[in-house]
Amino acid sequence: MNIVVNGKPQALEAQTNLQQLLENLQLGQGRIAIELNGEIVPRSLFQQTILQNDDSLEIVQAIGGG
Amino acid sequence: MNQQAQEKLTIAGIDYQSRLIIGSGKYKDFQQNLAALEASGAEIITVAIRRVNMGQNSDEPNLLEVISPDKYTLLPNTAGCYNADDAVRTCRMARELLEGHKLVKLEVLGDQKTLYPNVTETLLAAETLVKDGFDVMVYTSDDPLIAKRLEEIGCVAVMPLGAPIGSGLGIRNPHNIRLILENAKVPIIVDAGVGTASDASIAMELGCDGVLMNTAIAEAKNPLLMASAMKKAVQSGREAFLAGRMPRRLYASASSPIDGTFF
Repeated sequence: MNIVVNGKPQALEAQTNLQQLLENLQLGQGRIAIELNGEIVPRSLFQQTILQNDDSLEIVQAIGGG
Repeated sequence: MNQQAQEKLTIAGIDYQSRLIIGSGKYKDFQQNLAALEASGAEIITVAIRRVNMGQNSDEPNLLEVISPDKYTLLPNTAGCYNADDAVRTCRMARELLEGHKLVKLEVLGDQKTLYPNVTETLLAAETLVKDGFDVMVYTSDDPLIAKRLEEIGCVAVMPLGAPIGSGLGIRNPHNIRLILENAKVPIIVDAGVGTASDASIAMELGCDGVLMNTAIAEAKNPLLMASAMKKAVQSGREAFLAGRMPRRLYASASSPIDGTFF
């Protein structure tokens, strides 16, 4: 199946949860926040959130800005 | 400093010793940013919320590892947002990222060339964010009526521009800032436009509660020295405001007595 992460298509095995995806992306430990299809997913739900075909994720962090 | 000058800046119920808020953009690296932060004495620092870099540089340091949210008050901004919906989404992401942190800097821009605020979208976003429990510090134009409206909506600080973001042109319309201050019941913080130390002093001498700046420090030839200059400028401007300046006169007024001259 395919999902979109930060605007880019990404192939993914079925039944992958959000925590597994983050580990694949080497973001497992990072200070990040996630929107799944426009809704924020709290960190406590990463493990139980199973990604679906065509899901769209936004993964953000804090960077320098004024 | 006397007791009056030590009076604290209170935003959303939290007391701050420093009336200077700085940004974290445009620095050479996080270390320079941190050193400038320390030199400035600022306790609040703005950050932006952006997509993570995937695949590339995934081991590069994170801003939050260098500038600790335990030591400083982070002020996530909505820079780059051109409508209320994007600004609200950004604030909600920031709240999640910073584990329930409610203080945000709302800015909704209207035009890429001037980065002037889109005031109608700013008002909409402010209403939504206040209802959603955020403590909103809001960047806006120097229109006194809009500033008052934003206060009535429930923003915890109103932050009119002194001049366009990153322009370094100083406080272009001190009269409007004065009018905003006359009616304000929340802190008024000049956000944007400061270019050098005297600009920060002018904002404080007008009676502003604080100054927020990024480029003036980050783009100085020596950012650390400018951070130190800004700290002093904000303090001296505040003290001068509290002291109350002498009246302006058209003609001279001799400082040495006329009586007792022997010639």
